[in-house]
Amino acid sequence: MSTHEDVLSSENLPHEPEKATLEGKNKFLGFWFFLGGETVLFASLFGTYLALRNSFGNAEGTPTQELFGLELVFIMTVILLTSSLTSVYAMYHMKNHDFKKMMVWLAITVILGASFLGLEVYEFNHYVHEYGHTFTSHAFGSAFYALVGFHGAHVAFGLCWILALMFRNAKRGLNLYNAPKFYIASLYWHFIDVVWVFIFTVVYLMGKVG
Amino acid sequence: MSTATLEKRGFGATLWDYLTTVDHKKIAILYLLGGAFFFLLGGLEAMLIRLQLMVPDNELIGAQFYNEVMTMHGTTMIFLAAMPLIFAFMNAVVPLQIGARDVAFPFLNSLGFWLFLFGGVLLNCSWFLGGAPDAGWTGYAPLSIWSPTHGVDFYAVGLQISGFGTLMGGINFIVTIVNMRAPGMTYMRMPLFTWTAFVASILILFAFPALTIGLFLMTFDRLFGANFFVPDMGGNEIIWEHIFWIFGHPEVYILVLPAFGIFSEIISTFSKKRLFGYSSMVFATVLIAFLGFMVWAHHMFTVGMGPIANSIFAIATMAIAVPTGIKIFNWLLTMWGGNIRMTTPMLWAAGFIPTFTIGGMTGVMVAVAAADFQYHDTYFVVAHFHYVIVGGVVFGLIAATHYWWPIMFGKVLDEKLGKWTFWTFFIGFHLTFFIQHFLGLIGMPRRYWKFLPGQDLETGNFISTIGALLMAVGTIILLYNVIKTTVKGEMCSQDPWDGRTLEWSIPNPTPHYNFKQLPLVRGLDPVWIEKTQGNGKVIPAEPVNDIHMPNNSFLPFMISLGLFIAGFGFIYRPDTSFGYVLIAIGLIITFGSMLIRSLKDDTGHHIHKEDLEKEGAGVE
Amino acid sequence: MAKDTNSNQYQDQFYKQKHKEEMKYQVITFAMMIAFTIIAFGLVAGPFSKLFVVPVILVLAGVQVLFQLYYFMHMNQKGHEMPAIMIYSGIFAAVLTILALTTITWI
Repeated sequence: MSTHEDVLSSENLPHEPEKATLEGKNKFLGFWFFLGGETVLFASLFGTYLALRNSFGNAEGTPTQELFGLELVFIMTVILLTSSLTSVYAMYHMKNHDFKKMMVWLAITVILGASFLGLEVYEFNHYVHEYGHTFTSHAFGSAFYALVGFHGAHVAFGLCWILALMFRNAKRGLNLYNAPKFYIASLYWHFIDVVWVFIFTVVYLMGKVG
Repeated sequence: MSTATLEKRGFGATLWDYLTTVDHKKIAILYLLGGAFFFLLGGLEAMLIRLQLMVPDNELIGAQFYNEVMTMHGTTMIFLAAMPLIFAFMNAVVPLQIGARDVAFPFLNSLGFWLFLFGGVLLNCSWFLGGAPDAGWTGYAPLSIWSPTHGVDFYAVGLQISGFGTLMGGINFIVTIVNMRAPGMTYMRMPLFTWTAFVASILILFAFPALTIGLFLMTFDRLFGANFFVPDMGGNEIIWEHIFWIFGHPEVYILVLPAFGIFSEIISTFSKKRLFGYSSMVFATVLIAFLGFMVWAHHMFTVGMGPIANSIFAIATMAIAVPTGIKIFNWLLTMWGGNIRMTTPMLWAAGFIPTFTIGGMTGVMVAVAAADFQYHDTYFVVAHFHYVIVGGVVFGLIAATHYWWPIMFGKVLDEKLGKWTFWTFFIGFHLTFFIQHFLGLIGMPRRYWKFLPGQDLETGNFISTIGALLMAVGTIILLYNVIKTTVKGEMCSQDPWDGRTLEWSIPNPTPHYNFKQLPLVRGLDPVWIEKTQGNGKVIPAEPVNDIHMPNNSFLPFMISLGLFIAGFGFIYRPDTSFGYVLIAIGLIITFGSMLIRSLKDDTGHHIHKEDLEKEGAGVE
Repeated sequence: MAKDTNSNQYQDQFYKQKHKEEMKYQVITFAMMIAFTIIAFGLVAGPFSKLFVVPVILVLAGVQVLFQLYYFMHMNQKGHEMPAIMIYSGIFAAVLTILALTTITWI
């Protein structure tokens, strides 16, 4: 183990700087394992949603077929998928040790993520005001907002995380200490996209079909 | 820093050292203290239950208080006693057994402990704030949803916080074991305790997220007006039961697998034999973990899932008896023909085998779905799970306390007192719970506040209470033993039990950096190999070099404290707008600390080669 | 770490080329994911029977997720054995959870 290297220096970066140190390797593995756990977390929410979908009890409510529209969800999906690609570009430049270009692509990712979040807020607002579809109005509402809201909270957290990393490291450049941090933040961002793929399929598309 | 220099420092400095420590050995001690405290608290609650049920129609404690005590006994013992005590030994031993200088994420390790502690304290604050949770440790809806006091809110929020800590601990140990094994320590050379810790951590990783969601849903229902478990509004109570047991059943294996690992180490050491069937033990451990995920609904046979679901889960459950049986026979065959020393840890191991076998047997009985309709919610089930959890987990933890005390504190616990502990606790345990099988078969339902005279339940319950008192005596002897050893005991040699695995190759007291040079592992039971084939010293795998160590940090404490404060805010938000203030303060502390953590470069420090050489002698 | 600047240069060039190659696949992956998304939305908007649409869009979602995992998250590269084990174990537990909650909750 090379303990004497200065992990804060931007010189002489190795190939794959994100996995060059033991700390980096640990972070990389640990974060993947965390994502394995997140899979079960979202599965519990998906299961709850599927069990309570269109379940209103004695309360009034709008069923999924009437509630959901496809246009907005399609736009949101394309935005989030694109942001996944832009974060791949960021990691591509990180591997080539091109810090500036990495920051540019991360910034694009953040902008796309923020516009996704904005659209989601607009969508929720629309449901609440047009259909009276709220978190407390019936079990379907609770389950819907719990699942989609949990995903939205993940997006918001991801945005804050990437922004914090960008501001933090703007002046210091890429080094062995922060490369793993950028890398796992991008993994997290991809995972958010994975979850969204299932949300638009299971919640919106299957909801529209009935 | 050795403990010798620690003692010279003042109390304040030591306290600060423990509040900020990221050293796995000190975190192990913290976990042990925290777990032991809650174990005593849970034991006290158990005593109250047994005293209430000593005689028929007893009025010792009220019905509501009984419900609270009964709920908190289960919750405390599982989440706040057994889990942290398991983590105590995982922290103390796993890095040493695999030849690592620390765990993969020292900061997260400390954060995990403080989250557990603050979660546990929050949960127990409910005693003083209008009543503890009273819906059973399983918190079934609708009982938990309509429970009028704040008790269940404390349950949901407290367990949520300590659950985060457990999840972090789990990930930490998986990565540590995957990434930080010493040269030569292949997977199939890992000691069985490390293997079981590894598998249990994987179970934590996949089981705890389900609990997180379950508790979130309960919190939303109780505090934010959601309707997940309100049938009137389209909700479904069975969802809670499924999610709880999807977590809850693997949790049982999370607890018992490390106990299996502990006994495997002890039996092999004190039989002076390599563990019989090592690879089948590993296989059985993994198989139990795999099957353990597919059997949760056997807790719900009487819910009305239908005969097909019941049959599937019944058969999957019975299948677990096979790998468990493999383990039992492997332990017996390890002892067979061995040079057995009946030390205290070995006594516990010997007591464990028949006790756990009885528990496993009644387990197969309750797995028969049709028969379970008779056993369900009776004392038969209570007897069954105490046989596996006390007979497996608690026996294992007490055995580990005696076995690894020299590793953690450098002293050997008094053997004579240890044997007294064993016999009183062991006899007390069987007195308490064996009779409960029959109480259950006669028809005594569990969780009831009192029983009536003239139903043939008097003798059994009286015997049971006497047994419980005997267990209390055993625990007190253990406590006395610990105090006596700490005050009067002498430092022991580095290898008092003639051990086989790497933790016994380290000088006593264990240096801050564990291994001056990482060891070269030449096979299973590396220390034993060197004792029989080498000169008794483990061969180093590297020259003496600078050692990189993490820095201490106070932030884990602050992050947990923030969540603790915010937890109160969430609980009292529906009553008073002051709740919002608490939420804001708490979250600012938490996220502020997290921000500081991410803004500050913390690359750790180096222990220099020259200093290591000065400390020199005695370390290989 | 090789400090030899000369060989480093060639290495750098080699890796740059390699990364470029990889990036090409990423873009193709992305194009396919967008195409799959359009197909899925089109199927739902079009006049198809529910029994046909639901399985197809679920399969499309599954394939998209594999694309994400193997290309965007680099699970196709070496050193991802443990992550793969954990993700698949997670998916195993996830499938059991969803299966149970959709079949045996008294619906």
